[in-house]
Amino acid sequence: MGQTVAEKIFASHVVDQPSKEVFVLRLDAVFCHEITTPPAIMDLMARGKDRVFDPSRIKAVIDHVTPAKDSKTATQGKIMRDWAHRHGIGDFFDIGRNGVCHALFPEQGFVRPGYTIIMGDSHTCTHGAFGAFAAGVGTTDLEVGILKGVCAFKKPQTIRIDITGRLPAGVFAKDVILSVIGRIGVNGATDKVIEFGGPVVREMDMEERMTLCNMAVEAGATSGICAPDMTTVKYLWPFVKQEFESPEAALREYLHLAPDPDATYDKVITHDVSGLSPQATYGYKPDQVRPVAELEGTPIDQVYLGSCTNGRLGDLRVAARILAGKRINPKVRMIVSPATPQIFTRALEEGLIETFLKAGACVTNPTCGACLGMSNGVLAEGEVCAATTNRNFNGRMGKGGMIHLVSPATAAASALAGHLANSELYREEK
Amino acid sequence: MKTFSGNILFLDRSDINTDEIIPAKYLTEISRQALKPYLLEDLKLEGFNPATDLAGKQVIVTRANFGCGSSREHAPWALEANGIDLVIASGFARIFRQNMFNCGMLAVELAPEQIEAIFSAFCPGPAQAVADPQTGRLVVSDGEKSLEFSFELGEFERALVQAGGWVEYADKRY
Ligand code: SF4
Repeated sequence: MGQTVAEKIFASHVVDQPSKEVFVLRLDAVFCHEITTPPAIMDLMARGKDRVFDPSRIKAVIDHVTPAKDSKTATQGKIMRDWAHRHGIGDFFDIGRNGVCHALFPEQGFVRPGYTIIMGDSHTCTHGAFGAFAAGVGTTDLEVGILKGVCAFKKPQTIRIDITGRLPAGVFAKDVILSVIGRIGVNGATDKVIEFGGPVVREMDMEERMTLCNMAVEAGATSGICAPDMTTVKYLWPFVKQEFESPEAALREYLHLAPDPDATYDKVITHDVSGLSPQATYGYKPDQVRPVAELEGTPIDQVYLGSCTNGRLGDLRVAARILAGKRINPKVRMIVSPATPQIFTRALEEGLIETFLKAGACVTNPTCGACLGMSNGVLAEGEVCAATTNRNFNGRMGKGGMIHLVSPATAAASALAGHLANSELYREEK
Repeated sequence: MKTFSGNILFLDRSDINTDEIIPAKYLTEISRQALKPYLLEDLKLEGFNPATDLAGKQVIVTRANFGCGSSREHAPWALEANGIDLVIASGFARIFRQNMFNCGMLAVELAPEQIEAIFSAFCPGPAQAVADPQTGRLVVSDGEKSLEFSFELGEFERALVQAGGWVEYADKRY
């Protein structure tokens, strides 16, 4: 019987089946950040089990609150740091080298097609963009991952979503995923894997695929997955060139992971994006989605460009193109957080940072920062933010604050207008 | 195996997310007990007041997709710190549900009609629930009337509840 990408990865990683429906998988990588890992470390210590299964397969970063903002967050960082040193975890990214986990780890070449990955973070699904099975887990699962290099999953059914048509100019991967979530709902893929495919996905670069897979969890999915292709190989080539004779050889190997033509899906959805316009959320759930055109004029106080969804180089480039030579509306403030030091450096070299500063935006160090209202960029009661992040839950960016999720282009255009607005990249096309 | 029981807190809404259960700003706490005062602080639900409504409750009855959003295990911990270790819903987000079992807590899933029956018979309470993971039997009552349901629990989930959580189970077995 034919298999989906997730089923193939499952089949090659099962170490135990404690009951009919549960599979314990061997993990290729365990990712860690300073919010959910310290409780795991403390619990392992309390149980007398302060061990790690393989320090080379554990990757750790301080990214949510960095530099530390108070004694408590300083303690979280210290617990991580001491633990990483104690166990010889070489890939530990401390202040100055750190960035948003789901942007940093792929950039470092830690994700490969066919990998199984867990992290104590729901947006771990991002790494499915490389054809990996990557899932967010809680602290206890993370603890067992650190200790034993295994994690238990029910075998997920797969929803296949084919993105078809031609994406209009000024409409981006973020608009696509918002429209998908708007269509299937926040509970539309609970306990399932979403396999993204179709001509539009094949055309997308790795950054765009990461944006797509990043928000799979907002529809409840365990993971988003894109089957690997030449685009994946080209991105990974600097990291895998020792392993393969040529990119073609790498591709041949990775193509074993492609879904079989007769794979069984729970559901197949065809999502035509030819007529799609830029999208934004309007409520407190990520499936409350409408065209920006219908929300045009909605007042905002803050614009946030960053996060594991849209803080990558391509995102900064689009925003800078719209902001170039202009000043943001004096009624709003804009915060830009390049997601990693490498992205920051490139943005500096390309003059993007200068564009942001001249437009009147604040550029921060790489961090999750405002995305979850834990450090820089917290909203006051009643304030509204147009954000390129992935979650608009009530209070997410600060108690009583409200978030409209948008693409980097819409974020930049809204910063200029002082309210939600479509970008000129889209308007001109029309 | 232990049974799970107590007074019910009714949360009549679907898609209650982990930011509502425990806001991110409290994730700097490393001890579970420190989360106690902040449970459901940001819940958007008409007429709900965490300061008065949580006291003396050990069970939550709610609708679909409970615990969606972030992977933070702080959400079940915040429930546990308040003495709540049983949640009955018509559906859970995957990570949240797994977190509950990994901590040795009990997540009971019923059909939407069954949840509706509990709400229409007992909400706003007072009412009590008793769930036995061994037999898969759940009884909801208010002293006058009572409703009985059976619920499904996977073999693995039962084993986790029995072993006292996933760490102990896994460290012995793998
Ligand atoms: S950027 Fe936001 S969503 Fe992404 S890992 Fe950080 S806090 Fe989570």
